[in-house]
Amino acid sequence: MTRRTSGPARAGQYLALLAYLVFLAFPFLWLISTSFKPARELGSLHPTWIPKDPTLANYRQAFDEQPLLEAAGNSLIAALSASLVAVVIATPMAYVMARHRTLLARAATGWVVVSQAFPFVLVIIPLFLVLKNLHLINSLPGLIMVYVVWALPFALWMLVGYVRAVPTELEEAAAVDGASKLRTLVSVTAPLLAPGIVATALFAFITAWNEFFFALVLLKTPEKQTLPVVLTHFLGAEGAADLGPLAAAAFLATLPSLVLFAIIQKRITGGMLAGAVKS
Amino acid sequence: MDHGAWFLVLPALLPILVLSVGPLLYGIALAFTDSQSGRTEPTEWIGLLNFQDLLHDTLFWDSFRIGLLWAVGVTVPQFLLALGLALLLNQNLRLRWLARSLAIIPWAMPEVVVGIMWRLVYNPDAGILNETLSDLGFGDGRDWLTGIGTALPAVIVVGVWAGMPQTTVALLAGLQNVPRELHEAAEMDGAGAWRRFRTVTWPALKPIALAITALNFIWNFNSFALVYVLTNGGPGGRTRLPMLFAYEEAFRYGQFGYAAAMGCVMVALISVLLAVYLVGRLRGGDQR
Repeated sequence: MTRRTSGPARAGQYLALLAYLVFLAFPFLWLISTSFKPARELGSLHPTWIPKDPTLANYRQAFDEQPLLEAAGNSLIAALSASLVAVVIATPMAYVMARHRTLLARAATGWVVVSQAFPFVLVIIPLFLVLKNLHLINSLPGLIMVYVVWALPFALWMLVGYVRAVPTELEEAAAVDGASKLRTLVSVTAPLLAPGIVATALFAFITAWNEFFFALVLLKTPEKQTLPVVLTHFLGAEGAADLGPLAAAAFLATLPSLVLFAIIQKRITGGMLAGAVKS
Repeated sequence: MDHGAWFLVLPALLPILVLSVGPLLYGIALAFTDSQSGRTEPTEWIGLLNFQDLLHDTLFWDSFRIGLLWAVGVTVPQFLLALGLALLLNQNLRLRWLARSLAIIPWAMPEVVVGIMWRLVYNPDAGILNETLSDLGFGDGRDWLTGIGTALPAVIVVGVWAGMPQTTVALLAGLQNVPRELHEAAEMDGAGAWRRFRTVTWPALKPIALAITALNFIWNFNSFALVYVLTNGGPGGRTRLPMLFAYEEAFRYGQFGYAAAMGCVMVALISVLLAVYLVGRLRGGDQR
């Protein structure tokens, strides 16, 4: 449909694309640039795009000021456990939701949609009270439980899409060959689903790694807190932040999710769309 | 559904019921109590008292109004910009791959980092925005995030930036549903770009556009982390979204019952608004 686009129209398109590129990229480039600037340049009245005297001092200072490694460790534990558990329990349910059009499957689909609409405060207050009674406030297991349930809706959503993409004919053929239901699931369906399951797990990992609200409410002491919560400590009480270390820590915290996202980008968009478009 | 299927469903269903549906019902129930943190007397039912108090709580309604302004202010430009980007990315342009990769960045970033990043951009002294503006001849710098008039627009820009990727990706997928033959036929008939968009592209895109807009509106209305990091509700409550208000009420002042009532009102009003919007849009679409 683009073969006959005229010269001026094409030029306009490139101009628009350029504007988008600038809008999307400039805050991120600025973050990176700021993180390499020495204090002297950050104090200068005329900031420059490229640090004249690039330094790693901000990164060193960031690690000195806040327990970044411990926080990254906490984030890693929380995100890894939550994504694994969520996928392990969501996959069978997604299979049933995709293959059986029962009342339960429909109710579950409805819940997946509705659960997106509730302000977290309505869920977190009771969870806070319950977890407090169980002595699970300020503990990673408590946070992981919350993350698992929070990850379930979109995990189900994505996985249902992936299951639907596996043709039922394959399962039927296996049944005709005399394979049991379980056998069919394990040796026919599961291998075809594996890439989708991995993508879903990685997506759940990224969202848990990035999550802030639940972690802010549930984790009280610095040595228990996850990376996003610890990052806010750099902002200081009155917003008087030390810009260099702040930028350095923020950039570091983003790297894992950026890398993972780059790896699974196509699958995620494909999977979410399969779920969204075909349902 | 046979017994085997129940076996497959239970591992996910139980946590959902215990940790999601249960707390939700508990949360709604709390709205009718005087539950507070650290209270020694037992919690009591107080009926609609929280809701009566809310009715007269001008700070809450201020935050609700700001929440609506923010949600509309973010959702509409987000949709228009994402639509533009999706249409461009659907074309055979050279830098398409770069735009695609860049458009993903805000999606993969923690909201806290997005907030921090834009604070660096907006920083009155060391930020790039004021410097660029003065280079372009727009004189004196401002303190965008702490200015009474500029704070809300400034955080809205960040909200738009942060939420564009999901919307773009969804719309891009919708564009792939647009029947190519129809497009070509329209082109042969001499239909211009706008006409082709209106008669061929938009009808195919509309269901997904409607769904993503409704979801974006809800998500934006309920958002927290971005504004918490950018302004923490300031200056003088000018960017205090309902979620920030409810969070403070619950976890700074310990008013669990009252904050839960806020949550209920937020859900109820947003559902009504959304229902009106969706019904209106669907009706409007049928008439054409």
